[in-house]
Formats: sequence, C-alpha cells, structure tokens
Amino acid sequence: MAQRQSFQIGTGLFILLGFAALAYLATQTTSVANFSQGDSYDLKARFTNVGQLKLRAPVKIAGVRIGSVANVVLEPDKLDALVTLSIDKRFSKIPDDSAAAVFTSGLLGDQYVAIQPGGSPDMFKNGDEVILTQSSMQLEELIGKYLVGSGDAAKNAGDKAAGADKDKPPAKP
Amino acid sequence: MSTVRKPSYLVDGIAQVGACGLFLLQILAAIPSSLRHIKETIRQVWFVGAMSLTIIMTCGLFVGMVLGLQLYYVLSIFGGTAALGTVVSLSLYRELGPVVTALLFAGRAGTSITAEIGLMRATDQISAMEMMAVDPLAYVVAPRFIAGVIAMPLLACVFNALGIFGAHLVGVSWLGLDNGTFWSNMTSSVDVWKDVINGVWKSVAFGAVCTLIATFQGYTTAPTSEGVAYATTRTVVFSSIATLALDFVMTAFLM
Repeated sequence: MAQRQSFQIGTGLFILLGFAALAYLATQTTSVANFSQGDSYDLKARFTNVGQLKLRAPVKIAGVRIGSVANVVLEPDKLDALVTLSIDKRFSKIPDDSAAAVFTSGLLGDQYVAIQPGGSPDMFKNGDEVILTQSSMQLEELIGKYLVGSGDAAKNAGDKAAGADKDKPPAKP
Repeated sequence: MSTVRKPSYLVDGIAQVGACGLFLLQILAAIPSSLRHIKETIRQVWFVGAMSLTIIMTCGLFVGMVLGLQLYYVLSIFGGTAALGTVVSLSLYRELGPVVTALLFAGRAGTSITAEIGLMRATDQISAMEMMAVDPLAYVVAPRFIAGVIAMPLLACVFNALGIFGAHLVGVSWLGLDNGTFWSNMTSSVDVWKDVINGVWKSVAFGAVCTLIATFQGYTTAPTSEGVAYATTRTVVFSSIATLALDFVMTAFLM
C-alpha cells in the first residue's frame, strides 16, 4: 500500500509539474504577459494611413507604454482609419490638445502609437478624439519622394546609363 | 509464413502499417473497459512520465544552453542579439521541444514498453490473460497508450521551460545580454495559441504515435529473446522516423 501511494503521489506531482510548466510558458513568455490590463479608458484618433499598425500594438508617451491599440477600422464615409486607443486609467492626465502619431520602433520594427503631450489645462476623457494626428511614415513613400525630388538628376543618370549601354559595343559571346 | 514466397519488403511494410492502424482501432475500442484499471494507468503515467523527467529536464537544459550560444553567435553577425529570446522560444515551442522530447521518449519509455509487453508475449503471459478472459488490450496495452498520450505533452512543456531557462542562463547571465530585452522581445512576439498550444498538439500526436508503435511492436513480437531484441530496435527506429515525418506534415498543415 505504501508503495502504491508513493507512485500515485509521484504521478500527481509529475502532472502538476507539467501543467505548471505549461502555465509558465503560456503566461510568462508570450504576449499574454503584456496583457495585464487594469481599468482603462478609450480615446479615438483618425489617421489617413496607419501603415502596419496591429491590434494590441503599444501606445506610448515618452517611450513608456501606457496602453494599447484596441481597434482599427476604416470609416466608410471619410475613408480614413479610426483607431481606438485603450489607455490605462493611471494615465488619466493627458492634455486634450496632445497629438498622436504612428511611429516605427527601429527602422523596420513594429509600429506603435506615440502620444506627444500638449499644454492644455483640460484633460482627455473617455471617448474623446485626438484631433492632431500624424500618419505612419511609409518607407516606400519616402523613397518615392526622394526619387521625385531629385527626378531630373535620376532621369539624367538613367539616360546616361542607357546611352552608355547603347554606345557600348555588344558584348562578345 | 512457411509457404514459399519471395520476400517483398514493400508489401510487408504496407501490411505492417495496416496492422498497426487496426491495432490503434483496437486500442481505442479497449479504452472504455481499460478505465476500470485506472490505477494501472496511473502507474504507467508514473513509469513513462515521471521516471522520464530526469533525462527530459537535463536534455532540455542543455538544448536551451546550446541554442543560446549558437543563436547568439549567429545573431551577433547581424547585430540582432536582442532577438535571442524570441528565436530560442519560437524554435523550442514550435519544433525542438515536441520533437526532441518524442525522440528521447521513444528511447527512454518506448523501448521499455516494447520490452515489457514483448516479454509478456514471449513468456505466454498474454495468452494466459486471454485464457482467463482478461482482455490484454484493455489491461496491458491501453493503459500504456493513455499514459503516453498524457505524459508526452507534459514532458514537452517541462522540456521547453528548462530550455528557456538554459538559454536565459547562457544569454543573460553568461554572455551579458540585457535581461529586459530578452524577455520583452520574447513576450511581444510569441503567441499563446499559434506557438505554445500548437506545440502541445504536436506532442500529443507524437505521444500517440510513439506509444502506438512501442505497444504494437511489443504485442506482435516473435516470442523469442531475439524477437524481443528486434522489436525493441524497431520501436526506436520507427518511432524516430514517424515522429520526424509527422512533424513535417503537421508543421506544413497546422502552422
């Protein structure tokens, strides 16, 4: 009987250990760990382009996370993106002339919403809209602008290259 | 078998796979009546699961430490050592944890299941049970099968946890990576359902396949000591092949 009980206890401990490991993996090493949501309030912001902004992307002030993106939808009549930001209740003193911008962490990293505090004495309340917004910078657009801005030079360079190709005798087979 | 017949490995192989499939159906049919022997199932979980913990934990620790070292070296070429936690955890959860656990399990627990059932067959204990109207599938095979299916995912989770610990040990404590960077990069890019739970499903499937092969080889062994030896070898070989092949199929279709 003692023998039987000892292996039953061992089995129980083993199963508990296994589930403890699973719980540890699931809660401490995944995005659930970032999800410790206390009370929060919602702000809305319109962007003409949100880029690759995803649900649950962080919302930051001065680089510190204060909340997350709760929803991204297209407004059918205005055709711009309406982003709902879920901000932690602890950070309830954000001036109502603050600006929101979609930034990228690093050159090619994930995108997040940065809020630059304004100077108004009034604070944002639940459901308010952030008026001043700045859309995400698209790398392709920037490159495009650069190419258009130096269009002539690029064109000349292209022509020169083409001309050079023409002038060149055909390569020997 | 005594008839004169040219040996055809292909036909024999297909017949083996078919017999194995039928055996699986028989086990599944025997599971309800095996629940009466729940103590036997618990004893088997202890034997194939808890007794395998030592090897699983040691190997998990070392696999994690090696991953930490190697990936740190590779990532430092690209200046991306901050992603060490992400890369280690994703490769552990999605591939290495379930697969290496299954390979170790086949070597540690599969062989002993085959040898035990094979010796029962060789010493006519299984025939004796049949004669006493005790269904050997319900009393011997099904508890081991259930135990394997239960134990494998738990072992894989322990393996993963120890692997993360090992990578953290090497990356943070030894190579000086920042602790916060390690964890925050990991938590921001690992998903519970897509990565952790999918890995668990994988190891459930591996547990079923490995214990199915082990019990099948033991149950159908030639009743000689040589036959038991061959059956034990085949358990390891077939379990490893089946695990890796099934891993590819599941990765291609599930992930």
